This record gives sequence, C-alpha cells and structure tokens, in this order.
Amino acid sequence: MSSEAATEAKGGGLTEYIQHHLQHNVQEVGGYMFNIDSLIVGFLTGALVLGWFWSVARKASAGVPTRTQAFVELAIEFVEGQVKDSFHGDRRFIAPLALTIFLWVFVMNAMDLLPLDLIAGIVTNAWGHETAHHFYFRAVPTADINTTFAMALVIFALIIYYSIKVKGGLGFVAELFTAPFHAHGIVGKLLLAIPNFFLNVVEYLAKPVSLGMRLFGNMYAGELVFMLIAGLMAASTLAFIPAVLLNAGWAIFHILIIGLQAFIFMVLTVVYISMAHEKH
Amino acid sequence: MNVNATLFGQMLAFGILIWFTMKFVWPPLLAAIDERRKTIADGLAAADRATASLKDASAKSGEELKAARQQSAEIVAAANKQAAQLVEQAKVAASTEAERIRTAAKGEVDREIAVAREALKKQVGELAVLGASRILKREVDAKAHADVIGELAARI
Repeated sequence: MSSEAATEAKGGGLTEYIQHHLQHNVQEVGGYMFNIDSLIVGFLTGALVLGWFWSVARKASAGVPTRTQAFVELAIEFVEGQVKDSFHGDRRFIAPLALTIFLWVFVMNAMDLLPLDLIAGIVTNAWGHETAHHFYFRAVPTADINTTFAMALVIFALIIYYSIKVKGGLGFVAELFTAPFHAHGIVGKLLLAIPNFFLNVVEYLAKPVSLGMRLFGNMYAGELVFMLIAGLMAASTLAFIPAVLLNAGWAIFHILIIGLQAFIFMVLTVVYISMAHEKH
Repeated sequence: MNVNATLFGQMLAFGILIWFTMKFVWPPLLAAIDERRKTIADGLAAADRATASLKDASAKSGEELKAARQQSAEIVAAANKQAAQLVEQAKVAASTEAERIRTAAKGEVDREIAVAREALKKQVGELAVLGASRILKREVDAKAHADVIGELAARI
C-alpha cells in the first residue's frame, strides 16, 4: 500500500510525498483552525484505552483476577509505584493523572506503528486518486505540536496551581524573587530580585517547553524516518527488500521509543508536580 | 506544524481524560488491588496463627498423651496390686476352708469311731453274756445283769 501511494506521489518525487504526509487535515470551525486528524485520533485512542480500563475497573473484583484484570492491575501498580517513588503526599489526583498521561501518550505514539499510507490507501480505494491527492491525514497526534503542548500546558497549569496551593499566593510570588539566590540584607535582596525572577521564569517555562518539545520531536522524527523509508521502497525495485527490512527494524526500535517517551512524559510530570510541592 | 486552535481542543480532551480516569478508572481498580492485598495479608496471618496453634495443640496433645500413659500405668499397677491381693485373700480363704473341712471330717471320723466302738462294746457285752449264759447253762436275766454287762462293756 505504501509503495502504491508513494508511486502516486512520485509525480513530485519524494519531497512532495513527504510534504503531503506532513500536512495536517485542517478544518475551520467558527473561525478557528483545527487539526481534526490529531483531535479525532487523539480522542479516539484515549477513549478506547481508557474505556477498556474502565470496563475492567467496573468488573474489578478483589478475588482471583481475570487475565485482563491482572494486566490492567499491572499497569496500575506500575504507575502507582512510579508515583509513590517520586511524590510524597496525597496521590488521589497525581496517580490517575500519571496513568492518563502514560496510557494516552502510549496509544497516541503507537499510532506511529500503523502503516504510513493506511489511511491514504483506504481513501484512494474508496474515493479514487483525485480525492486522496487532496486528502491529508496524520495519524500520530503526538507528532503534532498542538497535542504535546496542550498536555504540557495543562501540566504547567497544574504546576502553578500546586505551587500556589502549597506556598500561598504571596509565598509563591515572594519565592519568584528570593530563590534560588538567598541574601540577608535588604540591599542584597533587592540586588538579587531581578536575577532570581529571571531564573525562575526560565525554570518554570523550561518545564512545559521541554515536556512538549521532547515528545513532539521524538515522534515527529520517528514519523519522518518512516516516510523516508517508504520513499526508499518506491525508489527502485532493488531497494524494496532492504527498505522493508529497514522499516521493520525501525518499527521494532520505535516500540521502545513509544513506551519510553510515554514513560518519560509521565515521570517528568510527577517530578515537576512533586517539585511544586516543595518550599525552597 | 503551526500552532492553532487544536491546542485548546487537545487540552480539553486531556482534561476530560484525566477527569474520567480519576473518577471512574483509578479508584475501583486500586480498591480491588488494595482489598486483595488485605485478603492476602489476612490469609498469611491466619496461616501463621494456624501454624502456631498447631504447634500449641501438638504440644498439648503430647502432654496429654504423657499424662494418659502415666495414668494407665498407675491403673495397671493398681490392678496388679488388687489382683495379687485377691489371690492372697483367696489363698487364705481356701486354706481356712480346707482346714475347716479337714476338722469337720476328722470330727466325723472320730464320731464314727466312737459309734463303732460303742456298737462293738455292746456286741462284746452281749457275746460275753451269751457266753456266760452258755457257760452257766442257765438263763441269765439280761435285765438283772444289765449293770454287770454295762460295766463289762465299759471296760472294753
């Protein structure tokens, strides 16, 4: 399927093929632009995986668990253990948050393992080449900077919320100017206020930016490599078999990336929120 | 890759998913896990208690066995003693009885001898009177000489 669509795009060569595949399906709703591919896939994957967990949770018994329940409990206990390790306090919100992040990012990343031209192939078969040529669909929501930054911003808001909750409104503002450099005299305090504030702003902003960029960068690069390999498949008959092997190798390696990035996103969130609970 | 309103859509989706997990997914599963942990802990504690009570029971039963053994030994000893006593008593009774029977038999024999002797005396007296009457060739009044005969008979 991938070679077929790639051949189809060959009119403009690999560049056009890749550009076509990097185009989101943007729709305008009420004057706002939405990448509906990211939104649909993101919400569907999240609803599916959490719906599955929910169906298990509803039937959860404290007796001998079914295999499915045992698997789900494994995930729960894994997340619970991770949260317990780095966060000391009331876990009733943080732990479900961590589970949501882990599962959602995992399934969204896993969309990278779908055949690159699966959607394009279906559209081509159903509505013909002309429609497919104007149809854009990117199946990996985490390779969309909107998705990763949406999550990062929610987590940033949580960091600010918990900082203010723990330190108090005044304490939070005061800490922006008095930490990390401490001074004793009034002059010293005034002198250090500006550097402190600057450092804090950078520190606070670095968190969501690094969270969002890391995930986006990894998934975007992964997607791009798949596209390049698909281009190689279409390039010549000779390159087809090596390209298939390369594709398989990259996909297998990507399984690691998918889990790892989901895990990193979850752990960093927990670490950031637990840092927000500490007073300097 | 430009940022647009998708950002807010995905924030909303993220928020909904967090809320859903927090409300419906996490608590029942964690509750089930915790409850099972408690059940297992209880089971292990119960097993420990059972082991302890088994040890206790076996110690107690050993003690009881020992006591029962001792008691039975005592009973056997008492029974033996009583049996010996009974035998002893029987022996004494038997020998007493034997003595009594022997005495009675001896008395009987003595009496028989006396009777026989008396009869013999009487016969000898009669023979003597008969002899004497033959010798005297006359009738001797037995009554008139009864005292003589009696005296003779007594002298035998």
